[in-house]
Amino acid sequence: MEIIKTEQLTKKFNGFTAVDHISFSVNKGEIFGFLGPNGAGKTTTIKMLTTLLYPTDGKATISGYDITKKRDDVRQNIGIVFQDPALDTELTGLENLDFHARMYGLDKEKRKSRVNEVLTLVDLQEKKNDLVKNYSGGMKRRLEIARGLMHYPTVLFLDEPTLGLDAQTRRAIWDYIKKMNKDEHTTIFLTTHYMDEADYLCDRVGIIDHGKILVIDTIDHLKSSVGNDVITLSCSNLVALRAKLQQEKWIKSTKEHDSFLTLGVQKGEEKIPRIFDIANTIDVRIQSINVRKPTLDDVFLYYTGRTIRDQEPENLLQKGTRRLHGRRDL
Amino acid sequence: MKFVELQAIYVMWLRQMKRFGRAKSRIVASIIQPLFFLFILGSGFNIASFAGLEGEYIHFLAPGIIAMAITLSSMFTGVSVLWDKQFGFLQEVLVAPISRLSIIIGRTLGGATTALFQGLIILVISLALGVTISSIGGLIITLITMVLLSFTAVGFGLIFASKMNDFQGFQVIMTLLIMPLFFLSSAFFPISESLPSWLKAIAYVNPLFYMVDGLRGSLTGMNNVFPPLVDLAIIFFFCVVMMGLGSYFFSKSEV
Repeated sequence: MEIIKTEQLTKKFNGFTAVDHISFSVNKGEIFGFLGPNGAGKTTTIKMLTTLLYPTDGKATISGYDITKKRDDVRQNIGIVFQDPALDTELTGLENLDFHARMYGLDKEKRKSRVNEVLTLVDLQEKKNDLVKNYSGGMKRRLEIARGLMHYPTVLFLDEPTLGLDAQTRRAIWDYIKKMNKDEHTTIFLTTHYMDEADYLCDRVGIIDHGKILVIDTIDHLKSSVGNDVITLSCSNLVALRAKLQQEKWIKSTKEHDSFLTLGVQKGEEKIPRIFDIANTIDVRIQSINVRKPTLDDVFLYYTGRTIRDQEPENLLQKGTRRLHGRRDL
Repeated sequence: MKFVELQAIYVMWLRQMKRFGRAKSRIVASIIQPLFFLFILGSGFNIASFAGLEGEYIHFLAPGIIAMAITLSSMFTGVSVLWDKQFGFLQEVLVAPISRLSIIIGRTLGGATTALFQGLIILVISLALGVTISSIGGLIITLITMVLLSFTAVGFGLIFASKMNDFQGFQVIMTLLIMPLFFLSSAFFPISESLPSWLKAIAYVNPLFYMVDGLRGSLTGMNNVFPPLVDLAIIFFFCVVMMGLGSYFFSKSEV
């Protein structure tokens, strides 16, 4: 059963197309991830699906409810953990949860039992009466996840759930996400620009860049689409070697980035000598070479022609200025 | 109205009560500051003589200080929407299945409650300092005026909170708009015939003038320019306009 379904969903801001005619669906019980660099349109998509922004074009439904016509039904059915913390830090954890439950119309009995359930799920029982301003970053994120689950949403949206957290805390958050997906059968839609996060959590991933979905598939399929093995090499004449290698049928893909050439192949270790032979025939000297299993980084490179990190510095700057101007995130 | 909307109003109100109760320094500051005005200005200007001033200066000053305490506190509430915007909490509220009207009503009631609480404390202190109540009817009009005053100021704060994205703007509004309006509200000195005519003109289009004048007339029964009920009618008009504009801008504002 499809919990989220979009058709040609589009959002334009003053002529700039942030989300460009995307169509996809998310099935019940699945963890679906949008993977893409900052500014790719991930948050804008979430904001449209959660009724915070009106789409410019196209349509989408959540649990069968149209996001523009049945806004209250949509809202009742979704939980959200925003990219920026959205807790009232002057209230206790318990109060944050209780206020949330009231706004979603849970009765007194239900509120009490549900608060206990979600607090147990994220291990915050002991801290429930502390003011949120005294929580650590990881605890705040856990409380937000608990809050998102309070009203039994059919789908939980997580916008960059581990942004800005340290490695250990990220790992813990991942495990909580997996746990609630399993225990509560909550469908999860998450966005991330971390490859390892998508790899660890998601059943299926959509790669999004410049507002367009480039591919949607399971992690395994995506990886094998690149080739069973990935060979990365540097050499004295990248252009010449690439032109030569592209004629070889056993090479599934060739991509050039920075000063490296990346090849998708089968049985990589057997191919290394052949590559040396080919390089010799055109007098190109290979300086380094390695073979490994493909990661989502390779998948991203394969579909977008660049690594996700190529974009980082510039986009982090943009993000910084956006924050200064009052968090008008797209 | 659906039950969940009432819950939402209650939550918005309760949230403000809890926050207010915990911000001890804010409570203290918001009571101490008007007291300084009351004591220092009260004693300082007591020796000066204003033309046509009836009774002691403190009787004249107290209603102005009550109005000031309520206005500043309520405006703060309206503008604190900015805080929620800045700290992301507004998103959590806007994405809940409740109407924006409930959010505004709950917030306004919360702001009005805290402002009234502060206003009442100043009122009690004023009484202790020798200000006398003119009549029971007058006291009732005083309380109604205080409520309307705080709604008006919350609405005013909401307008700015919806249009601004940071707090510098709030400071500018306070310095360039609210303080001058207060000085010309007759809170500190009477708007008498001997003032330059342009100053008088500004005073008479200044909503705060009617609020201070209304409070003064209803509470002490002296030194007021208009009858308290006329002031009340004018304040009611301003209140409806400000609340209407505030709600409109807030419902149009983006996160």
